[in-house]
Amino acid sequence: MTDWFEVILLTFDATLRVSAPLVLAALAGLFSERAGVVDIGLEGKMLAGAFMAAAVASLTGSAWLGLVAAIGVSILLALLHGFACITHRGNQVVSGVAINILASGLTMVIGLYLFNQGGQTPSLINDARFLSIELPGVELLSGIPYLGTIYKELISGHNALVYVAFAMVPVTYWVIYKTRFGLRLRAVGENPNAVDTAGISVSRQRYLAVICCGVLCGVAGAYISTAHNAQFVRDMTAGQGFIALAALIFGKWRPVSVMMACLLFGFLDALAVRLQGVVLPVIGEVPVQLIEALPYILTVILLAGFIGRAVAPKASGIPYVKER
Amino acid sequence: MSQSNSEMPFWMDALLLPFLNIMTAFVVMVGIFLVIGVDPVEAGEILLFGAFGYGEGIGYTLYYMTNFVFTGLAVAVAFHAGLFNIGGEGQAYLGGLGAGLVCLLLAEWLPGLLVIPIAILGAALFGAAWAYIPAYLQAYRGSHIVITTIMFNFLAASLMVYLMVNVLNDPSKMSPESVTFPDSVWLPQMHELFAMFGVEIESSPLNVSIFLALLASVFVWIFIWYTRWGYQLRTTGSNASAAIYAGIKPPRVIVLSMCISGALAGMVGVNEILGVNHRLMLDFHVGYGFAGIAVALMGRNHPIGIILAALLFGVLSQGGQELAFEMSNITRDIVVVMQGLVILFCGALEFMYRPWLMKLYLASKGENNAQEVTS
Repeated sequence: MTDWFEVILLTFDATLRVSAPLVLAALAGLFSERAGVVDIGLEGKMLAGAFMAAAVASLTGSAWLGLVAAIGVSILLALLHGFACITHRGNQVVSGVAINILASGLTMVIGLYLFNQGGQTPSLINDARFLSIELPGVELLSGIPYLGTIYKELISGHNALVYVAFAMVPVTYWVIYKTRFGLRLRAVGENPNAVDTAGISVSRQRYLAVICCGVLCGVAGAYISTAHNAQFVRDMTAGQGFIALAALIFGKWRPVSVMMACLLFGFLDALAVRLQGVVLPVIGEVPVQLIEALPYILTVILLAGFIGRAVAPKASGIPYVKER
Repeated sequence: MSQSNSEMPFWMDALLLPFLNIMTAFVVMVGIFLVIGVDPVEAGEILLFGAFGYGEGIGYTLYYMTNFVFTGLAVAVAFHAGLFNIGGEGQAYLGGLGAGLVCLLLAEWLPGLLVIPIAILGAALFGAAWAYIPAYLQAYRGSHIVITTIMFNFLAASLMVYLMVNVLNDPSKMSPESVTFPDSVWLPQMHELFAMFGVEIESSPLNVSIFLALLASVFVWIFIWYTRWGYQLRTTGSNASAAIYAGIKPPRVIVLSMCISGALAGMVGVNEILGVNHRLMLDFHVGYGFAGIAVALMGRNHPIGIILAALLFGVLSQGGQELAFEMSNITRDIVVVMQGLVILFCGALEFMYRPWLMKLYLASKGENNAQEVTS
């Protein structure tokens, strides 16, 4: 009984840690796509952020400076995406692909130049990383059976960025649905003509949206290299940007649903690690690759309209042309 | 419509604009070389020598080019139907699986001359099948093809890892790869072919797949511009609702064009698996599908343009390899950076110089007109 309790608890604990960057990246995508800019460059921005965070953290010894640098480089890439898609009305998918490929190559080239370790950064220690935080009250509650353990293992003991990630969900909800900025952001994603008629610049609004996207992707990248791991290695985001994209669609472009989708995909990931080589009764050994592929399969099934309908913002992917 | 969308002479649109875009990518590349302390002139010399300077280098350049022609054509065919096939990666991967499975199953029983065509067909079928599902979902269930094809890239990767680790692997090898095929099914490599006619050339992975690529280019050219299917495809691509009024059924066109696109991408598997590696393995396809997007865009979705753009990408790949080999502070990642820059400036920022060129063109035309009036 207690054994099972602990296994489940640890799996959920791992789920939170794996989901955190997904939540950040998916919310980043939400800002961009809700404003009508399709962003398949989440992966590239995260990767560049992860590299900058690890590089700056290892040079200065401060994880927070690393975080700032990660956000900076991610915003730069987001602005490049904006420059291509908003100003020059280039193809948004192509621009995203270009950013992914550039990030994958440049991180290695610059990493090799800076550290001469085959593209990796040196391992980070102590202050150069985000370490786990013990929340207050762990001692106080530890006497209570189950609840005390849940509080200690599941709620407390994560690094700062995990809390940032999950705090961003209500923040995003509030910004998107309750502020003037959010209303305009959604409006340029659904009907840019109307926004333009109201005398608001569509370009400016979309640029602001991709900057928000850049900030969150930067945090997600910093999380991967300086909180979840302790150095930058080749292509370390490993498709998480695309899982986040899938979660964004799976959550139908709504903040809370998107978080739930990220938790689901994170849980599958944690489960895959746990089930590696385990032979289950009746089913036998489950191929890890199948569990890893489940987020993509589920998203395809959802998109095919078999589990509800995922309707994208109406103007997403379409460059805005001011009619004369 | 705004000024930037009005007509420009053909040579400006198809030649000058791509040239300016490539030059911009090169300028940025030179900047990166300077930042990381590499002499750009020396790097350029090594790159060009590596790509064209000697027989083996030329062979490699053309071998890489073959793959880029296939994926470029694949993206172009879908593009003409108004579809964005970003799943070239997965379709190329599965194409290789198709070719490999045929060889593993049949090579022992049938003569090579029979197995090779079946294997090529297998590659086409598997590539097409992997494109068929996203196409069907787009055509009949309304899901977005860009997203589904991205998902299918990852599904292809998972499937291949599973198969290569658990099912098709050769137990005597540590790495996840299949047994080597009997040499009766190896596609003749170019140096072997030339040797048959008594001409000696340096050996390289270049094989007869390049003829297949040229054939595919001719096929695409005829198909798109000289058949009724191609006409339907282009009509659907430029205006789907007009196509419906003309009696064309867009869903069928979507499925057809994506299947052809997938089959073309699957041909990468022929070059890689039948022509070079002679066994199934992981990650032989990486990057070609994405680069195909840039190749198609640069080539203006026309086979001739695609062959030229593919040649450029072949040069960058082979020259970049040489660069990584010659210079200690450069790795093969420099090829990835160069590809990324070309995709950025020739793809995403394709029209960056257009308004500016347009202004220049109109100004010069205006001047001419003015002169005509005064004289």
